[in-house]
Amino acid sequence: MTETTWFDTLLQVLIIVAQSLALLVGLLIIVAYVLLADRKIWAAVQLRRGPNVVGPFGLFQSFADLIKFVLKEPVIPDGSNKGVFLLAPFVTCLLALAAWAVVPIDAGWVVADINVGVLYIFAISSLGVYGTIMAGWASNSKYPFLSALRAAAQMVSYEVSIGFVIVTVLLCAGSLNLSAIVEAQNTQWGLLGWYWLPLFPMFVIFFISALAETNRPPFDLGEAESELVAGFMVEYGSTPYMMFMLGEYVAIMTMCALMAILFMGGWLPPVPVAPFTWVPGIVWFLLKVLLVFFMFAMVKAMVPRYRYDQLMRLGWKVFLPISLAMVVIVASVLHFTGLAAGGG
Amino acid sequence: MSLAALFFYLFAGVAVASAFMVIASRNPVHSVLFLILTFVNASGLFILIGAEYIAMLLIVVYVGAVAVLFLFVVMMLDVDFVELRQGFLQYLPVGALVGLVFFAELVLVVGSWTFGEGVTGAVAASSDVSNAVQIGRVLYTDYVYFFQAAGLVLLVAMIGAIVLTLRHKENVKRQSIPVQNARTKAMAIDVVKVPSGKGL
Repeated sequence: MTETTWFDTLLQVLIIVAQSLALLVGLLIIVAYVLLADRKIWAAVQLRRGPNVVGPFGLFQSFADLIKFVLKEPVIPDGSNKGVFLLAPFVTCLLALAAWAVVPIDAGWVVADINVGVLYIFAISSLGVYGTIMAGWASNSKYPFLSALRAAAQMVSYEVSIGFVIVTVLLCAGSLNLSAIVEAQNTQWGLLGWYWLPLFPMFVIFFISALAETNRPPFDLGEAESELVAGFMVEYGSTPYMMFMLGEYVAIMTMCALMAILFMGGWLPPVPVAPFTWVPGIVWFLLKVLLVFFMFAMVKAMVPRYRYDQLMRLGWKVFLPISLAMVVIVASVLHFTGLAAGGG
Repeated sequence: MSLAALFFYLFAGVAVASAFMVIASRNPVHSVLFLILTFVNASGLFILIGAEYIAMLLIVVYVGAVAVLFLFVVMMLDVDFVELRQGFLQYLPVGALVGLVFFAELVLVVGSWTFGEGVTGAVAASSDVSNAVQIGRVLYTDYVYFFQAAGLVLLVAMIGAIVLTLRHKENVKRQSIPVQNARTKAMAIDVVKVPSGKGL
């Protein structure tokens, strides 16, 4: 390595900052429209129109909401623990955004191409629970506290099965690097070579666990409005509330992206022949993410909320044994058929 | 000073400061939150020496699971901690003595510390095998029996915890999911034609 000067170091840092900013701006604009899409899909299922006033077809609704939230006065309850109360939304939002540093949106298009990409996302999403717990405790109020306990227990429970699902994918791909996992799915069979087909049960378990991990309906027990008003967000308003919302939707997008990468071949075209391979990889990646998000939105619109004990039972007594068994089965199959990748 | 050194001082400084705040802050929940900050900074230090796998495991295990349980317990406690701190000065001599002994032992340990043959710092960063693969190879070949033994110890601990806390209470209404799922429409709903003016 040649001697690095201050200028080189500075340039390196500036490039990373610029890449991160570009990713963030793109991500936030997508999140704004995904939020709108969520509301529109929900409305369409219930034969309503959804937001349709701000801009053509309500396209600017999210931006109007943003301005509304930011211009309102943040109210901090008197009995709250002010520092933690204000820190909680920042933690939620920051962690959700930080996960995107390792997400490859096209071949080589990734801010930080680290060797332990999957673990990094897993670690970051396991930290997401702190935003919820801190908010619930700092509000110093009954409903938020109950909600924080519920949401935290739920997120910790479903992390376990998500972990095992990820392990099966890692066994097949032989790497913890997200780009390498996508490349491992690059076969001549196109979409039939992606992991959703051989690991179909894990694909389903991951999808359901992702719903629970991000507190999405039908597992939104943390903010079950019929029981807990608005859960841990009861005492929040204006910008802090918006940051919770933003963090939640960014976390959902992260889970969608993770599904696209682990099971649906990331940026790879579904059929590896001429007209499909001309389309840039980022388009395929976005399409896959949006497809998964559409499934998220449809589930929200169609399925009634789970009861809390059913949720816990599903996590610990159904998903955990199945995913644990699948880890053993997949490892055995790979070992005895000699298909095991890498290591050796 | 390179960028790595800058980050080292940042992580190390914040880690030490937040470790101090763990024992200095008056609110126990704040203490746990500072503990979490310490863990995160420690994992940052691991990343700097190229042990990214250990760094991520530190966050997943300690911050994502252990500290959450800590926080749960501390949040649920309704102890008047101001009262608890009344006897602080009374315990100061004993605490100081224990601290001093521990510090002296640490100095002795560090003073007599020697690296084994062929061990150098930050091997992982220089080798071309990623350190997840490296750890896996060592763990499942050379140390597989120790690994299994560690798993067994954890299993015993888990069973012990379950045995200690599992109590079958009488007179508690329990839900049986198979029974609930086996209910049919005929069992759950009774359709009645109510004549007007009579009621049921």
